[in-house]
Amino acid sequence: MSAAMTGQSMLARTEGLYRRRKLVNRLMMAAMALAVLIAIVPLFLILFYLLKEGLPGLTWSFLTQDPTRPGLDGGGVRSAIVGSGIMVGLALLMGVPVAIGTGVFLSEYGQNRIGSVLRFLIEVMAGVPSITVGLFIYALIVARQHHFSGFAGACALAILLIPIVARITEEMLLLVPRSLREASYALGAPRWLTVLKIVMPTALPGIITGVMLALSRIAGEAAPLLFTSLGNQFNTTDINTPMDALPRRIYVYATGPYDYWHSQAWAMSLLLVAIILVISLSVRALFGSRVTVRQ
Amino acid sequence: MSEVEILEGRQTEARADAPAVSTETRQAGPGPMADPQPKGTPIAISARDVSAWYGPKLAVSGISMEIAANAVTALIGPSGCGKSTYIRCFNRMHEFAPNARVGGQIFLEGDNIYAPKVDPARVRQRIGMVFQKPNPFPTMSIAENVAAGLRFQGIRSRSEIADRVESALKQAALWDEVKDDLKKPGMALSGGQQQRLCIARTIAVEPEVVLMDEPCSALDPVATLKVEDLMRELAERYTIVIVTHNMQQAARVSDYTAFLLMGDDGAGHLVEYGATQDLFTHPQDKRTEDYITGRFG
Repeated sequence: MSAAMTGQSMLARTEGLYRRRKLVNRLMMAAMALAVLIAIVPLFLILFYLLKEGLPGLTWSFLTQDPTRPGLDGGGVRSAIVGSGIMVGLALLMGVPVAIGTGVFLSEYGQNRIGSVLRFLIEVMAGVPSITVGLFIYALIVARQHHFSGFAGACALAILLIPIVARITEEMLLLVPRSLREASYALGAPRWLTVLKIVMPTALPGIITGVMLALSRIAGEAAPLLFTSLGNQFNTTDINTPMDALPRRIYVYATGPYDYWHSQAWAMSLLLVAIILVISLSVRALFGSRVTVRQ
Repeated sequence: MSEVEILEGRQTEARADAPAVSTETRQAGPGPMADPQPKGTPIAISARDVSAWYGPKLAVSGISMEIAANAVTALIGPSGCGKSTYIRCFNRMHEFAPNARVGGQIFLEGDNIYAPKVDPARVRQRIGMVFQKPNPFPTMSIAENVAAGLRFQGIRSRSEIADRVESALKQAALWDEVKDDLKKPGMALSGGQQQRLCIARTIAVEPEVVLMDEPCSALDPVATLKVEDLMRELAERYTIVIVTHNMQQAARVSDYTAFLLMGDDGAGHLVEYGATQDLFTHPQDKRTEDYITGRFG
């Protein structure tokens, strides 16, 4: 009798605890769902505004014509599209090999004191404000050559890209299971062949994702180009002349006085986002799914 | 004086200037334990007083063994007895561990593989290794996996590579299952097939010795049986050393068995080494008997 009663009261007590636990669980879940909502709402707002304000301006002449003289309606932003393409492409060509080399060195030969020092330096480099990088290139290249140039702009972008790609490369290489390296060594492969033929290809999808991340970062940079590539009304493919870039022209147009500048700034923003999205998705489709490391 | 004490007394690192000894046939060397092979048996690997350290920690304590050519030699013992570490000394893989060190001498067909000018990569071309978990290269197809070692050696000829890939896959008893899927990724195979793929990859470079570090511990019983059959067949062409925690497996596949045990110093010692049948039916050492009858471990 008394045992049954104790059992009953126990049950009542745990029932209360259980209800409380369920309530807390639901509250926490709701709080986190709210956090997620707040985090992604801006993304959809950005996309919504870009489409609403930018889509009408995305015309054929917008893409294929150079800017008109200020105040004169019409014209396009061809010089900015071409300039951005050339400078970002050149920055990738110059920066990615250096960055991947650095990443390989850090992961394969940097598990020591020298490696930690280098890693720290690269972190510092990633933290340097982009406008400071622009100033540095101004002093190093522009001031000496006595003219602004697309090449100087590309150099500034390459410097921004290197720490990003180097760190991601290192991390991706370290993710390659040790068993694969051992398998390669056990076949009589020297270290460099193991890195080149086994470790790097296995990590390739991750490294490419890193390059894409860096690409979207530098394609949207205006600050480092302000006093390196300067900007150009006219379309040019000569990297020794001043060059235009989409983010820089967005900055100028958005802060300018004319209405058609504002709508073109919206259109350029939409274009920039679209280009980056298309490049990322297509590269990922090409390389990203080729390999799935099953653990 | 017990064997453990004798072995402990021999932990000193062997001198590098010791004379190279021809090990074509077995030498009736002195030691705490006679090697089990009959006189005149060809010897593939001759390990003398091999010790291995991880940093300051001794993991293998002065183990000497003669490994008979074209036979299966099994190393058994409970976890932590140093058997894996010991065979990783045979192909110089042990030195990849941080601060790892090896003492003693190992001769492969009379060549000291720890001589100063020996390139470890060359040693590993002669002594292949199959690992516990199947580890095909995930970026490569079945054929490319088998060809990997050949490519590492700089072999370019496509027809030669194709021939040797086919021959290796046949020797690994995998050819019939994959001959139409050679271009599929190696990771697409089942676990047992992956392990046989790794064996094919190892024998494609035609090593003299194949080390197997618990090759069946990640496989199901059917796949295990296939790999065991394969070992018996491969023993006709290669010298095989297998580490296993499975005594039945050692009894089934091996010609010679060595029993290792962790001593009071925390390092692996060789307790008994004999022809497999003798060791399992008439163990000389009490500890061997306790282990194989399941009294511990």
